[in-house]
Amino acid sequence: MDQAPALTASQSDVLPQEENGLPLKVKLRRAERMKKIRAMALIAPLFIFTLLIFAIPIGIMLVRSIDNPEVVSYLPNTKVELDKWSGEGMPPQTLTAIFATDLVQAYHDKTAATVGKRLNYDVSGMRSLIMRTARKFKSHVPVDATLDTFVKADKRWKQEKYWNALKRASGSLTPFYLLSAVDKKIDDKGDIVNVSEGQAIYVNIFWRTIWIAGVVTVISLLLGFPIAYLLANTSSKVSNTLMFCVLLPFWTSLLVRTSAWVVLLQKNGIVNSSLMNLGLIDEPLTLLFARPGVYIGFIHLLLPFVILPLYSVMKSISPGYMRAAESLGAHPAVAFVRVYLPQTLPGIGAGGVLAFILAIGYYITPALIGGPQDQMLSYFIANHANSTLNWGLASALGMILLGSTLILFTIYNRLTGASGVKMG
Amino acid sequence: MNDRIHPLITLSNEEKGNFMSVKKLLSVTIAAGALVAGLSVNAQARDLTVVGWGGASQEVHRNVYFDPFSKKSGVALTEDSYNGGLAKIKAMVDTKSVTWDALLVEAPELLRGCENGLFEPMAWDKIGKKDDFIDAAVSDCGVGSYVWSIALAYDGDVLKDGPKSWADFWDVKKFEGKRGMRKGAKFNLEIALMADGVAPGDVYEVLGTPEGQKRAFAKLDALKEHIQWWEAGAQPPEWLASGDVVMTTAYNGRITNANKEGKNFQISWDGQIYAVDSWAVVKGSENKDKAFDFVAFASAKDNQAKFPEGIPYGVTNKGAIAALPEALGNQLPTAEANLKNALANDTEFWIDFEDELNERFNSWAAK
Amino acid sequence: MQLQPYATTGQKIWHYTFLTIAGGGLLFLVLPILVIIPLSFNSTSFLSYPLSGFSFRWYEEVFTSDVWVNAIQNSLMIGAASAFFATVLGTLAAMGLTRTDFRGKGAVNALLVSPMIVPIVISALGLYFFFAELGLNATYTGLILAHTALGAPFVVITVTATLQGFDNNMIRAAASLGANPVTVFFTVVLPLILPGVVSGALFAFATSFDEVVVVLFSAGPEQRTLPRQMFDGIKENITPAIMAAATLLIVFAFALLTVLEYLRRRSEKLNGAS
Repeated sequence: MDQAPALTASQSDVLPQEENGLPLKVKLRRAERMKKIRAMALIAPLFIFTLLIFAIPIGIMLVRSIDNPEVVSYLPNTKVELDKWSGEGMPPQTLTAIFATDLVQAYHDKTAATVGKRLNYDVSGMRSLIMRTARKFKSHVPVDATLDTFVKADKRWKQEKYWNALKRASGSLTPFYLLSAVDKKIDDKGDIVNVSEGQAIYVNIFWRTIWIAGVVTVISLLLGFPIAYLLANTSSKVSNTLMFCVLLPFWTSLLVRTSAWVVLLQKNGIVNSSLMNLGLIDEPLTLLFARPGVYIGFIHLLLPFVILPLYSVMKSISPGYMRAAESLGAHPAVAFVRVYLPQTLPGIGAGGVLAFILAIGYYITPALIGGPQDQMLSYFIANHANSTLNWGLASALGMILLGSTLILFTIYNRLTGASGVKMG
Repeated sequence: MNDRIHPLITLSNEEKGNFMSVKKLLSVTIAAGALVAGLSVNAQARDLTVVGWGGASQEVHRNVYFDPFSKKSGVALTEDSYNGGLAKIKAMVDTKSVTWDALLVEAPELLRGCENGLFEPMAWDKIGKKDDFIDAAVSDCGVGSYVWSIALAYDGDVLKDGPKSWADFWDVKKFEGKRGMRKGAKFNLEIALMADGVAPGDVYEVLGTPEGQKRAFAKLDALKEHIQWWEAGAQPPEWLASGDVVMTTAYNGRITNANKEGKNFQISWDGQIYAVDSWAVVKGSENKDKAFDFVAFASAKDNQAKFPEGIPYGVTNKGAIAALPEALGNQLPTAEANLKNALANDTEFWIDFEDELNERFNSWAAK
Repeated sequence: MQLQPYATTGQKIWHYTFLTIAGGGLLFLVLPILVIIPLSFNSTSFLSYPLSGFSFRWYEEVFTSDVWVNAIQNSLMIGAASAFFATVLGTLAAMGLTRTDFRGKGAVNALLVSPMIVPIVISALGLYFFFAELGLNATYTGLILAHTALGAPFVVITVTATLQGFDNNMIRAAASLGANPVTVFFTVVLPLILPGVVSGALFAFATSFDEVVVVLFSAGPEQRTLPRQMFDGIKENITPAIMAAATLLIVFAFALLTVLEYLRRRSEKLNGAS
C-alpha cells in the first residue's frame, strides 16, 4: 500500500499510458493493489471503531496517570508565582499574597476541595489545612497576605513541607502517580525515595497478584492435564459427554459461577457441611472472604482455558509414539516423561500463559469471594476509580497491569505461533 | 492522496456491486444506530430517582415514602441503593452524568458535599419551618430524616450470656468466632478506643491526636484476623443468621427487623454510636423540583410518624416525635436507657479526618 | 484409556489414581453449577440442603418484580444490539483480513483483537473517562458501544477461522457465471460461512450478556443489567431469587452450547464437502 504511489510514478516514465496497452505485469499489480484497497475498506469500519471506542480511551486513561491539572486550573495565578519560586526555604510574599486570593476564589468556586484532595495525596493532612485556611480567609479576604497571615490561620503553614508540596503539584504533568504506584515519592529535597512503611502497599499488591495468578495457574495445569488426557484418549462418545462438563462451566455466566461458590463456601455452606459429615474436619473451615475461596473460584474459572488448548494438542499426538517407546523397552513412566510430555509442551505453555493473563486481570471473583487481604491489582484500580476517586493513581496502576498483560501476551503469541488467539 | 482515492472512484462493474453491498450494510447500520440513539434519547427523560441504603430500611422507605409519594403526586419514581460515601455522587457530578436525584446521606458527607458543590441548597421554603425539626436535622443542603445507631448485635439463641460491651467484642477467648465490622474507618476507630477503655465522652478528643489514632489502629490490629468486613447494612443480620459471625456491629433497625422474621438477635446498647441521616438533592439533578417535593413529603410529620413503626429508627420532625407510640420507645437509639453510655457521632471530626483516616484504614486492611 | 490386561499392580494403581483425579476434576467443574439449581426451587429462603419444600416462588419473583424484569430486558436489548453491530463490523473485517496480505497486517490484527486481551477493568476505566467527556455514561448508547467493541474480536476470530477453510474458486466460479458481488456474497459466501458468523454473533451476545465491570463503571440505575443485579445481590444478600436467575442463565448457557456444537459440526461437514 505504502509503495503504491511510487510504483505508479515510475510506470508513467517507462510505460505507455493507453488502458489496453498495459503489460500483464502492470495489470496484475493493479489488480493486486485494488484487492488490497478493497480488503482495507472492509477492515476499516471495525479498525476505526476499535480505535475510537477502545484504543483511544485507554490512551487517554494512560495520559491521566501523569496529568496534573488541579493547581494549574484552580489556582492559576499561584501557579505563575510558584514557577518563579525556587522552592527552597519559605515562600516569598508575592507568592503568599496571590495564593491567599486564589484560595478564596477557589473556595467560592467550590474547587478548593479538589486542590486540597490533590495535595493531600502528597502530604497527609493537607486537605484539611487548605480547607480550614480557606474557610478562615473567606469572611475577610486578606490583602497582601504574608506568611504570617497564613501561620495565623493555621500554624502548620510554618512548616516547609506544605509549601514544598504546593510547589511539587504546580506542574501540568507529574510523575507523582506513577511513583505512588510503585511505593515511591519525591521528597522535599527532590530525591526519589520510598514512601513510609505504613503507606507502602502497591508493590506488595503487585506481587500478591502475580503470586495468586501463579498458584492458580499451576494448580489448573496439574488438574487440567489429566482431564485433557482423559478427554483426548477415550472413545469419542464418552469424550463428547465429558467435554460437556468442561464446556458448560465455560459458557455459564461468571456471576452464576461466583454466586454458586459464595453459597457453597459459606461457613455453614454445602462444602463445609459435607466435609464435616464425612468426618474430615471437626470445625468449619474459613473459605469465604479468605484466600482458599479465591483459589477455588479462580481454578474453577480457569480450568476450561487450560483444558481446551491441552486437549487440542493431545488430540494431535499419535499414540504410536508411546507404543513405540514402550515396545523398545522403556518403562511406561519413562516413556511418558520422555516422549509424551515434551509433545504436550506447546499446550501447557499456551494454556498456562493464557490462564495467567486472565488471572492477573480478574476483578469480579476476588471482589466477591475474597477479603481485603486477597484483593489484586484490578480491585485497587476499581477502588481508586470509584471509591477514593484518585483517578491518577487508578490510571497509573492500570498502566502497570496493562504493561504486564501485554508482555505476557507477547510470550503467548510466540508460543501459539502467528495465528494469534484460538478459541477452544 | 488523490492517487489512493482514485481506484475507488473509477469503479468497475464488480466494484460497483461491492460498493452497493457496503452501502446497504451501512444504511442498515445507521438505521440500527438511530434506533439505539432513539432508545437512549427516550431514556434521558429520566424518572425521579431516589436512593436509600438498601435492604430492610429501603423496604420501609418504599412503603412509607416512595409509593405514597408516587401515588399522591403522580410522579414516576425509580429507586437505587448505595452504601454511603460521596465518591459515587462526586463521580456523577464530575462526569456530568447525574442519575440520582434525592438521596440519604450521613452527616459528615452532607456537610462536605455541600461545601464541595455536590448538593443543591435545600429548598427549605418547600420543606417547612426549620423550628419544626430537631437541631441536628437542619442544614444548608439537607433535611435530617432519621436517627440511627451502630451497635453491638449477636444471636441470643447462640450466645445465652452475650457480650455486654465493646471490650467483650474483643474477647476472642470467651466468644470464639468471627466478628462483623463495617468496612471503613468511621465508627471502627471509635469502637476500638471504647474497647480500649476510653470513655465515650473522650473518644473524639483522643482520636484527634496521632497517638490516639495509633492506639485505635493497634487495637483493631489485635482483632484483625477475626474480622469479616461488611459494606451493606443487610449483611450483618444475614451473617448472624448463617452463623458466619458470632457477633457484629450493625445498624440497630436491621437487627430489630430481622427479629420480626423469627430471629432472637440481641443488641448491646453500651457504647452505641448514633447519628442522623439526611435527605439531600444531587447538584445538577434534572428532576430537582420533583426531588424537593419528595423530600418535603418525606419530612412531613404525618408521613415521618409512620416510619419508626416499620423500622426502629428515631425521627427528626418534632411533630412526628410527639406522635410516637410508647411501645416503640425502648427500641430506638434515642430511648433514655439506650443513651446511657452512648456516643454521638462527631460530624466536625469526620469532616476533618475522613480522608486521611480512610486512606490509612484502606492500606491497613489490605495488608 | 483401556487398561492393558497385562498391567502390573503399579500401573493399575497409577491408572486408577489418574482416573480419580481426572474424574474429580470434571466433577469439580460441573457440580457447583448443578448443585445450586435445586436451591432455586426451595420453598424457604435458606440456601442449604436438605430442601424444605418445592416451590416456584423465587421464579415468580424474578419474572414479576420490576427490578428483575427490567434487568432481563436491559441485558437482552444491550446484548442483541451490541451483537448485531459486532457481527456486521467483525464479519466485514474478517473478510478483509483473509483476502490479502499487506504490510502492518499483524498490527491491525493485534488492535482488532486487543479488547479480548486487555484486562476488563482497564477497558472499563478508559471507557468511563472517555464517556464522561462525551456524556455517554449512564446511557444505553454508551453501553452498546462498549459491548460492541468487546464482542467484535470474537466475531473476527470465528469468521476468520471459517473463511480459512473457504475455497475462493467458488467466488470466481460464481462471478464467471455472471453473478455480481452482492449476489455472490449472499448466495455463495454467506451460506458457507454462516456457521462462523452465527457462532461469532453468539460469542458477542454472550460477552455482552455476561459483562459486568463496564456496567459497574458506566451504567446508571436505569441500565442495570442481569449480571449487575446479581453482583449487588451477591454482595449484599444472596437470596434464592438469585439462584433462580442463575438457573435461568445456566439453561441459557446450555442452549448456547448446544447451538454452537451444532454449528461446529455443520461447519466441519461443509468444509469436508468442499
